[in-house]
Amino acid sequence: MEIGLGHYLIVAAMLFTTGIFGIFINRKNVIIILMSIELMLLAVNINLVAFSSFLNDLTGQVFAMFVLTVAAAEAAVGLAILVVYFRNRGSIGVEQINQMRG
Amino acid sequence: MPDLLPVLPELILAVGSMVLLMIGVFSGEKSHDLVTWLAAGLVGVAFLAMMFVVPRDSHAFANMFVADDFALFTKTLVMLGAVFTLALSGTYLKERGIARFEYPILIIFAVIGMMMMISANDMMALYIGLEMQNIALYVLASFNRDKLRSSEAGLKYFVLSALSSGLLLYGISLIYGFTGSTSFEVIAAYGAGSGANAIGLLFGIVFLVAGLAFKVSAVPFHMWAPDVYEGAPTPVTTFFAIAPKVAAMALFLRAIIVPFPELLAEWQQIVIFISVASMVVGTLGALMQDNIKRWMAYSSIAHMGYALTGLAAGTKAGVEGVLVYMTIYMLMTAGTFALILSMRRKEGLTEEISDLAGLSQTRPVMAAAMGIMMFSLAGIPTLAGFFAKLYVFMAVVDAGIYWLAVVGFVISTVSAVYYLRIVKVMYFEEPKDSFEPMKDKGIVTVGYLTAVINSPLHLLLIGPLTIAAGLAAKSLF
Repeated sequence: MEIGLGHYLIVAAMLFTTGIFGIFINRKNVIIILMSIELMLLAVNINLVAFSSFLNDLTGQVFAMFVLTVAAAEAAVGLAILVVYFRNRGSIGVEQINQMRG
Repeated sequence: MPDLLPVLPELILAVGSMVLLMIGVFSGEKSHDLVTWLAAGLVGVAFLAMMFVVPRDSHAFANMFVADDFALFTKTLVMLGAVFTLALSGTYLKERGIARFEYPILIIFAVIGMMMMISANDMMALYIGLEMQNIALYVLASFNRDKLRSSEAGLKYFVLSALSSGLLLYGISLIYGFTGSTSFEVIAAYGAGSGANAIGLLFGIVFLVAGLAFKVSAVPFHMWAPDVYEGAPTPVTTFFAIAPKVAAMALFLRAIIVPFPELLAEWQQIVIFISVASMVVGTLGALMQDNIKRWMAYSSIAHMGYALTGLAAGTKAGVEGVLVYMTIYMLMTAGTFALILSMRRKEGLTEEISDLAGLSQTRPVMAAAMGIMMFSLAGIPTLAGFFAKLYVFMAVVDAGIYWLAVVGFVISTVSAVYYLRIVKVMYFEEPKDSFEPMKDKGIVTVGYLTAVINSPLHLLLIGPLTIAAGLAAKSLF
């Protein structure tokens, strides 16, 4: 069986859905949310690179590089905010993030 | 050597903010005031460069960046929003011991990102601009880092914003895959050509709109706004409510109208749904709030709903309406927040609506200014907010979507209930302790200036404003 564009798109879609469910179903830990976000961005990268190879066009791969860079910057800032939050709250449980609601 | 003249304002801000960072680092913690002044001056220089040096309708970076009239108009609004924020922040930050020099610099960083977003003519530039803005805003939201609420606001904003960026990116990857390009113009040409394989492209557009709707805090992606508005330091909330909203709305307009003119019928339905849902949820949510910052969040969700009706029309008049709406929205919101920042008792700032009781007797001028803001936000005729709504609803009627205009009118009447509630509390309830007099010149200036602009005197300004918005809207079509 030859592996074509469709297979890559399906894998990416599955990873992306896993990421979204990871954010919404997870009730334990904010770190898992950060991992889920990373999973979503990597799914997008698979999409971009698969399309890029299928279309014989380099734009997608350049885009994937940018996404990787931004994801790194975002994870750095996100973890810093998480550390600050942990210092104030003493916990990073998702259910403990409830100071404001309504 | 590429032609860098079109990006001159962004370059000035980027290089200038590095210089400010150096000044801040070498002169220590006390340099907040100096750096704030320099940052405001830097924005002014960038504005002058944009007005007089940047050639009209010029492109840079292989057509990824465009400096047209639309960009000029919305960038002016963003810069104005940044200057307002800098003017409002000083006293608040000093009282809480967080007057660090990083604050104005982070605002400049966010402004650079917003200007990149506004000028983006390519999905890649769009994404990079958006993230440049977002990363600065995450830090700003948690700027009062020793307070639980502020860090929680930052954390919530980070998680939900990253989720929406993921949705947006997934949409962009599908659009790229099914059209073969990330450039807005090439995508538009593809749509005009075949339109085959449209189902993948449609999925892409749905994800793109979902991501963009999050950035303007439109329903069903609004859940971050009340929490972040309440938790973030009030000057930061002011900034969130004015500058990023304008930039995101500008991005929304450009990223939908320029690449997908042929698919109007498809995205129109989504935008109409988002707009009606925002109006309803924003209005109902605001009815039940006691904290005035949370209340402003729901009010701004409803206002985004009204503004999006102009986009739903999908015409030049509609875009013009949205631009007029965003200008007036920005002035109303900046003024309201300036007045919120002057709700000060001896023990500090208060944020409850009930604290405004009897304001008309204790501080009549402040009550009058607040009253003008409330009537203007509600869209009472002769005040600026009325014309904002008039322009978008007229565009909707011209586009033939009569029912949407009717829904908008009905909901804006209902929304008067919660705006008039503030007026009732101020004018018809027994006074509480008086507020301290406003000492901060920045707050006084912004508060009263915007109150005057929103009063019937705005009739002098509305003519030039609509002409400028008309010119700006023309460059999208």
